Amino acid sequence: MSRRAETLLWVAQRASAAVLALCVLVHLATIVYAVRGGLTGAEILSRTRGNVAWAAFYSVFVLAVAVHAPIGLRAVLAEWLGWRGASREVALAAFAVALAVLGARAVLGVFG
Amino acid sequence: MSMLRVRVWRGGADGAFREYEVPRRESQTVLDVVTHIQRAIDPTLAYRYACRVGMCGSCAMTVNGAPRWTCRTHVDKVARDGRLALAPLRNLPVVRDLVADMSEFFDKWAAAQGRFRGARSRRDDFERVAPGSPERRRADVAIECIGCAVCYAACDVVAANPGYLGPAALNRAWTLVNDVRDTSQADRLRAVAGDAGSLACHSHLSCTERCPKGISPTAGIAGLKRAVARAALKGEL
Repeated sequence: MSRRAETLLWVAQRASAAVLALCVLVHLATIVYAVRGGLTGAEILSRTRGNVAWAAFYSVFVLAVAVHAPIGLRAVLAEWLGWRGASREVALAAFAVALAVLGARAVLGVFG
Repeated sequence: MSMLRVRVWRGGADGAFREYEVPRRESQTVLDVVTHIQRAIDPTLAYRYACRVGMCGSCAMTVNGAPRWTCRTHVDKVARDGRLALAPLRNLPVVRDLVADMSEFFDKWAAAQGRFRGARSRRDDFERVAPGSPERRRADVAIECIGCAVCYAACDVVAANPGYLGPAALNRAWTLVNDVRDTSQADRLRAVAGDAGSLACHSHLSCTERCPKGISPTAGIAGLKRAVARAALKGEL
């Protein structure tokens, strides 16, 4: 991988971290607010289904996770396991796709 | 006379500690202790020093588990119950006893483009740099490095990622990135970008905590990260 590509990955991880910081705050605040009186699963789904704004918010959340986590894992794999090179990049690309697909599935399940 | 019990690393990478008893003296430095062992007890002990006053950067060792310049480290400050443990610097190959091989440390300075390249010859007038300019001020806080490798030995990223250029080489690059006379800025940013360069720093601050000159390589590396990121986004890397 070229030095420019490695640097752009670093930028993407920092940018996604900024997005995640906001998303996690909103996510936690929403949970605390929504369940303060007690809620059943069915009640939650009745409020979330068809809500385009929340679907968009959680889609961004999922996308940020799919970008952020594999890039962080890339350094962990190199430093702890000595795993570098093309095989690591392929494995991490697959991991990123898996996070995005599983996350999208969850968003569809709750908001679809 | 009270005595210090000093464990000293003897041999190469597969060596072991050997214990010596050294008379405790007033205002004694760790380098004084090592010198006493070599001159009065065991002349085969190998260690390195030159100036004895904190200028040359050659006497750094691991003292009770932490890298330090030994000529300016008083025994009072580091001895625990009258005991010292002295070993060569971490993250560098051991030559023998307390002497580490500094080759890779200085090779990385060269790899980080740590050499000044200007556009003027000896026939030109001096280039003027305003002392108060932001670039000059940024270079000022990083320029006092004596190349002792204490930061390099303290760095956990170097331990985990042997290709990493390390705090001293990157700090040197940062002083030159802020040198308005230098003509090889693009090469230097390319050299300090990527997985083995400034972006590998985890900001643990071990280098900053241990630097005997009070420099913060972490701050310089953060500056390099910003410069490298800007260059990559502009397609200049």
